[in-house]
Formats: sequence, C-alpha cells, structure tokens
Amino acid sequence: MSEKLIFEHSRSGRRASAQAPLAETAVDLPAKFLRGSPPLLPEVSELQTVRHYTRLSQKNFSIDTHFYPLGSCTMKYNPRACNQLAMLPGFLSRHPLGPESHGQGFLSCMFELQEMLRGVTGMRAVSLTPMAGAQGEFAGVAMIRAYHQARDDNDRNEILVPDAAHGTNPATATMCGYSVREIPTGKDGDVDLEALKAAVGPHTAGIMLTNPSTVGVFDRKIREMSRIVHDAGGLLYYDGANLNAILGKVAPGDMGFDVIHMNLHKTFSTPHGGGGPGSGAVGVGDRLKEFLPLPVVGKEGDRYRWLDEKDLPQSIGRLSAFMGNAGVLLRAYVYIRLLGREGMERVSENATLGANYLMKRLQDAGFTLAYPERRASHELIVTLQKEKNELGVTAMDFAKCLLDHGFHAPTTYFPLLVPECLLIEPTESEAKEDLDGFVEAMIAIREQAKADPEKVKGAPYTLPVRRLDDVRAARQLDLRWQPDTQD
Amino acid sequence: MPFIPHTDDDIAKMLAAIGAGSVEDLFDEIPDNLRLKSLDCVPDAVSEMEIARLMHDRARMDSGALNFIGGGAYEHHIPAAVWEITTRGEYYTAYTPYQAEASQGTLQLIYEYQTMMTGLTGMEVSNASMYDGASALAEACLMAVRANRAAKSRRILFLGAVNPVYRKVAEVICSAQKIEFIDLPYCPAGGDCVMQSLDKYSGEDLTAVVVQQPNFFGVLEEVGAITDWARAQNALTVAVVNPMSLALLTPPGEWGEHGADIVCGEGQPLGIPLSSGGPYFGFLTTRLSLVRQMPGRVVGRTVDLDGKRGFTLTLQAREQHIRRSKATSNICTNQGLMVTAATIYMSLLGAEGLARVASLSHKRTGELCAALCALPGVERVFKQPFFHEVAIRLDRPVAPLLAQLAEQGILGGLDLSGSHPELGDALLLCATETKTEADIERYRDLLAEILKT
Repeated sequence: MSEKLIFEHSRSGRRASAQAPLAETAVDLPAKFLRGSPPLLPEVSELQTVRHYTRLSQKNFSIDTHFYPLGSCTMKYNPRACNQLAMLPGFLSRHPLGPESHGQGFLSCMFELQEMLRGVTGMRAVSLTPMAGAQGEFAGVAMIRAYHQARDDNDRNEILVPDAAHGTNPATATMCGYSVREIPTGKDGDVDLEALKAAVGPHTAGIMLTNPSTVGVFDRKIREMSRIVHDAGGLLYYDGANLNAILGKVAPGDMGFDVIHMNLHKTFSTPHGGGGPGSGAVGVGDRLKEFLPLPVVGKEGDRYRWLDEKDLPQSIGRLSAFMGNAGVLLRAYVYIRLLGREGMERVSENATLGANYLMKRLQDAGFTLAYPERRASHELIVTLQKEKNELGVTAMDFAKCLLDHGFHAPTTYFPLLVPECLLIEPTESEAKEDLDGFVEAMIAIREQAKADPEKVKGAPYTLPVRRLDDVRAARQLDLRWQPDTQD
Repeated sequence: MPFIPHTDDDIAKMLAAIGAGSVEDLFDEIPDNLRLKSLDCVPDAVSEMEIARLMHDRARMDSGALNFIGGGAYEHHIPAAVWEITTRGEYYTAYTPYQAEASQGTLQLIYEYQTMMTGLTGMEVSNASMYDGASALAEACLMAVRANRAAKSRRILFLGAVNPVYRKVAEVICSAQKIEFIDLPYCPAGGDCVMQSLDKYSGEDLTAVVVQQPNFFGVLEEVGAITDWARAQNALTVAVVNPMSLALLTPPGEWGEHGADIVCGEGQPLGIPLSSGGPYFGFLTTRLSLVRQMPGRVVGRTVDLDGKRGFTLTLQAREQHIRRSKATSNICTNQGLMVTAATIYMSLLGAEGLARVASLSHKRTGELCAALCALPGVERVFKQPFFHEVAIRLDRPVAPLLAQLAEQGILGGLDLSGSHPELGDALLLCATETKTEADIERYRDLLAEILKT
C-alpha cells in the first residue's frame, strides 16, 4: 500500500484548531487585494498530521537508522547536543535585525567559530555567511574575480577545474562569468601536472581543487600545482568537501590555497536534513581578505558587533537577507567545542583508518579498486566494470541491492572518470562491525549476481517502493497533487 | 569527545588488516612539510554538560525582549508538533534523496510541499526550495533572463519598494551575468509604485519587472495593473511575496489578466523560528511552461516496477551534477529540513488557520500603528493600504529612541533611516498574532514616556 498523501486525509471542515489563534479570517482591506478562494491546503487533525509525517519519516534511510557510506558527503553522526543547544529559546527567538545589545550571546559564538575555523584551515579571515557549499564556492570565485578586477587584470576569463571535480565547481565558475577548462587526472589519481602547465596562462583566473581529491587520494604535488598557478597569476580555490580527511593534520592555507569553503554539514557534523540546510563558510588568505562576503562578526574590547560595508568597502557584498544559516553555525560551534583540539585530529585519523580498512577488505574480497597503489583518504573507489562485463550487473544494481541489505548505497557513478564506480566514505563514527557487515553484503551481492543476475537487477525488494520509472517521471510531469489526480 | 566507536583492539585489528604499523602511517602520502604544527586556535574539549551550561548562559543573554521588528523575518507561533517531528532523525540526518527507494519519506513530503506552495501562490510548479528569500530572488532574476529569450536587453526593472537587501543580494549573485538592474522610485506619498512612473519605460526592451507584495514598507501595490503593464512590454513579472499573506491576498498566479511568471520569497513565516536569520528557506514557483528554466531540485510522481505510486527527483538534466558548467544554477544542497517544518506547519494550520494568523497579525499591526500614531509627533509615513507591517515617522531621530526602548526590553521596530534616509526619522513596525493588546499598550506607554522627555 502506498502511503496516502496528506491531501487524501483531508475532509472539508476538519481542523487542527488549537494551532491557530481564535480570530476572524476577515480583514479590513479593499476587496481588490484579496483572493477569491482559499488556497489548496489539507484540512486535517493534529493527530493525522503527526501520524502522517511520522510514518513518512519511517520511509527514509538516515544516519540515525542506517550505515550511510555516501562518498563525498561525510555522513557522520550528528550529535544530539548540537541540535538541542542550537534550539534554546533564547537563540530561536532572536530577531536577525535585533540590536547587538540583545545578541551578544549569539555573536560571541559566531566570533569564536570564525576564529576556530580560521586556525583549522590556516587562513587569515573567515566569513560564515554562505548558506551551502555551492554558495561558498560562489563567494570564493566572486572574490577571485574581485581580486583581479581590483588589480585591473581584466583578461583573466578562465577557471581551471580537474575532470574529477564536483559538478558545482564548473557550474559556479559559469555563474561567476568564467569559462571552464578541464584538467585531466593522471593514472595515479593526481592531477596531470603537464596538462596543468600547458593550460595555465594570462587567461587563468584560478583553479578549483579538492584535496584529498574526489578520487579519494591526497594529491601529493599540491605545492607544485600551487606554484604553477600562482606563477601564472592565478589563484587557488579549495573545495572543502573532503576536509574531514585532513582535519587537524593539514591546513589548506599551508598547501597554498588563497580561498576555501568548508561544508559545515560534512566536516563539522551539522545535519544534512534530507537536502539541507548546509553551511559553506569561506576562509581567505592575505590576497582576498578585503573581499570577504558580509556580514562578518568583529570584536571590540569585550563587545561583539557586525562588520558591514563601512568596515569592508571592497567586500563582494551580501549573499543572503541576514547572515546565512545562523542555527547551523551554532550547531557547528557546539560540535567543535565538544571535539576540542585533540578531537580534531582523531576525526581525520579514524575517518582515514575506516576508509583504508574498508578498502583493504574489499580488495581482499576480490573487488577492483580504482587506485590500488594509493592510500585511501577518508573515502575510496571501487570499480565494478569487471562484474558488469562478467555478470551483467552494474554499479547501480549493487547500490540497490545494498539497500535491501540495510545499507544506504555509496555514491554511484561519481567521479565520472571511473567507470561503474562506487565512492565509499565510512566516516569516523561507524564501528568496525558495521564496516565488516558492509563488506559481507558486497560479497553476498556478488554471489547472488553469479547465481541469479536477474534477481540482482530487480532490487530493491524490501523497501517502500521498487525501482522507479524515472523516464515517466520526466516525460509525464506530475509535480503537484490536484484534486482530480487519479492513481 | 570525537564520537568515535573504536576500541584499542578494533584499531589494532584494523591496522593489522591494512598492514600498517600505526594510524600515522596512513598519512604517509602527505608531504611532511605540509603537516600542521599546532592548532592553538581550538580550545581543549569540553563535556556535553559544560557546553550546555555555556550555551544556556549565552542564549539567556539574548532572550526576553518583546519584539516588534519584521523587515523580512516574522515572529509567529510555531505549533509544538512542527519541530518535534522535523527533528526526528529520519528527516534530520538523511541526505538529499538521490536513492529514491530509500528516501520516499522526504520525497513524498517535498511533493506535498510543492503542492502547497503552488496552491498558495496560484502557480503550476514549485521547486524543492532555495536558500532564502533574497537568494531566491537572485535565482528568479537569472531564470527570467533564461526564460525571456525575446528580450535582448537583459534589463530588470526593480520597483522601488522591494526589500533593499534583496535588491543588493540579487545584484551580487547576478553580477557576472551582464544583467542591468534599473530602479524605479516609489511614490513618496503612497509608498507604492504609481502607474504613471512606469510610462517612462513603456515600449522599452525589458526582461523582467520585480514587484514585492506587500512591499518592503508593508504597502500593498497595484499588482494587477503592474503585471499587465509588464506583459504589454513583453517583460516577465517576478513576484516577491510573503507566503503567510497569501492566505488572504490575491495569489500572484491571479495578478492581472495572465498572472505573474515567477514567484519567490522567504518561507520563514511558515513555521521557521527567527533564529538570528537562518536557516530559513526560499521558495520559487512558476508556470509549467518555464519549468525547464527553473533552478534547484524538483520532485515528480511516478510508478515503480510493480506500478505502485512513488516519488523521485526529476528534470535533473537542468542541474549541476549532470549539466556541470551548463546547469541552470550551481545550487546543490538546499534547505530541505526547513521545507519539512513548513510542510508540517501548513498541514496543521490549513487554509483557515493560516488566514487567521494572517488576519490577526494584520489587526495587531493596525492596533499598534493606531496606538502609536495617537501620540504627539508620531504619524504614518504612507497613505496607501498596508498589510501586516507599517512605517511610522517620529519627530526625532529613531536610533536613540530604539536604544531606550531596548533597555526596557522592547525591540521597537526597524530603523529605516539607514536604508531610506529620504523618509526622515522613520520606523517600520510589525506586530504578529503573538502580540497581545497588553503588549501593545506597554509599547505605547513606554514610547509616550520617552517622547515626553
């Protein structure tokens, strides 16, 4: 049975009336401004609402319920204390435009968070305002543009991006008015230095890099790359998606990066929320300090205050109506305080330990690694090309079967340059027995594929739905319920 | 306390399996000269009990004031069930629903959300959310440029009383796209756009017209006439609206003869706490004919192998993970958890409940305005009808007054002298359904005291 839609529980005249004030709906405004009929919203009781959305929640895999080794997404435990303390009434009720005198508690947390992130990343200054990784990328590339413009260096129209990069990197470069040139990845997983040397020049505005890269290895020639790009007059942008791998071990600033974004919803354990909110705080080195997005929190004596256009006249400006995802930032603040200095390093050590253990176990079980000669960073890539050739089952089939085994699937078909790949990131918070269980499930799926490949291709069988018809979804667009919609 | 489960024995076994002597060996590909020497900026770890004490103390510093500030973020009552359900781990700790079979809860919820937002705005399709109202407007401007291929100028006309921060954010985010923003002054007497002021641009090539309803001052615009005028210029109408107001006000889909083309705004009034400005969520709805130009994720209904109803992300060919540099936007993560809260909020309130919240919020602002304007030296700034938020003018500078009020625990509104110096000593007021008659009297009495001095 499908779960009904909330609208299918609706009955005319049913109310959750304790939720709304006892007031008239009439309003003393000219009729020309008013709507003729009420909007289509369900009429349901409070219990029906609570039960419906509780039942829907049970159709989700989540970190709290399943091992969720989604590569590049850092699905680690989200401590409950972070949520509870960010949702204290004093924080929740504070209006964003309220006076600084009534915000010293919040502002002090933000200032300290800026300082801690600055140190961890080895940058000179931090702005917390970008609301997701992609907005952090936008802020970073916009700062690179502002830097070149401020120097009257206006011929730089190209951003370099490795072919393994996240899709947001080239999309961001386009949004910032740049054309994108892809740099190939070498056989060993590092960026192809010769190709990079050939690509840089007077048109290079900068390069966007992830290190460890999206192929799950630390690019050993990063200082060399930094020199090549800087010598050509370009700047280096660090995509912080994989910061969990080097937290407390290596600071991106020391690798030569001029600007970085951090995904606080990855490395600093704020929740992914089924697709957000994230937080993409940015850090900058000396070259880009003046261009930071606003607002930033400053401190004078023992008082905290917002820095604005008067303090940073060259800022690229504001990216949100207020100051970004403040509540997410509070969660990250609590997380870092709980971890402390020593905890930072233990995060990256254990994330790396888990990934290398998983890599070795999968290799020993006969799976093909994309980069068998390399250490894994905090994640690893298995390519199932051999299984596809021999058994006719794909990476997607493995992914769907894993769901039946009670594991969320790893990232599939990314990075694009490795065929039939699974990008697997166990994180530091998964126990050894869960990693072992994952390996056993992979082995069991391969055995089943040998015995009955069609069975594998039909998975999943135990979830609320089986494989969905994506082609129909895109061709017969049904993007909202309408009262006459038939099943 | 790094939330790591491994015992010493586990670690030993894992290292033995890897064939590494120590955890440190696992970092042997990282050049030594890159290794971080110290982390002085991060203090030593504290226990959960200690950080709880600290956060309670800090939260207490910020609490307790009676708030009459609006300006794009509104204090409404949030039913207890909203965040009880929203913070269930199955919503709170799930990722973006790429694996549809394991994410039907989130996917169905987003489909229900899309239905609710199209209903409120009177449009045909909704995406699964943007970051906030301001960035949603920026994306709406970029979308308008893609959608209106007939217009060559890439010029967007902003009516003067659009939230000035939204205007700035849109300019920052569109800054590299060679889009020209034109500002049309608002009428100093009415606070709205007078139709004659548009005449100057009649017959000119415009990509879109941006209008906010109610506008930044709370004043109601003649949105029907503006939308019709825009269409006559072959410009798209981008509507910026407060979703709460749409329980009562004409939905953008019904503005003028043909309705607005792209609708966006701040979703915060729908069950999201003020929380110093975020996380909130932006919404964006449009016509079906423009769906392929829409940024962000969208959920569609389909069937599974057995013909059973199911939900999945669709039209992904617009998005960055497929189209890369040719995507409609770089947006990836959106504000999913906020959408979860808003969907539960709208279910609990229903159309009638939302209308009651909206009408009482409006009534209270009207009462507050009347009470303050009865004091000597206080008057309304604009004569046109307002909804839910109103500007008043005082006979002296606003900032010191607000500071005095704040000392007494009242946040008396938003000082407009910074953003709109032409209005003189003006203050933007907002009372929602959360304010009682006694709260309003308290504000009036205190202001009367201060004004006597």
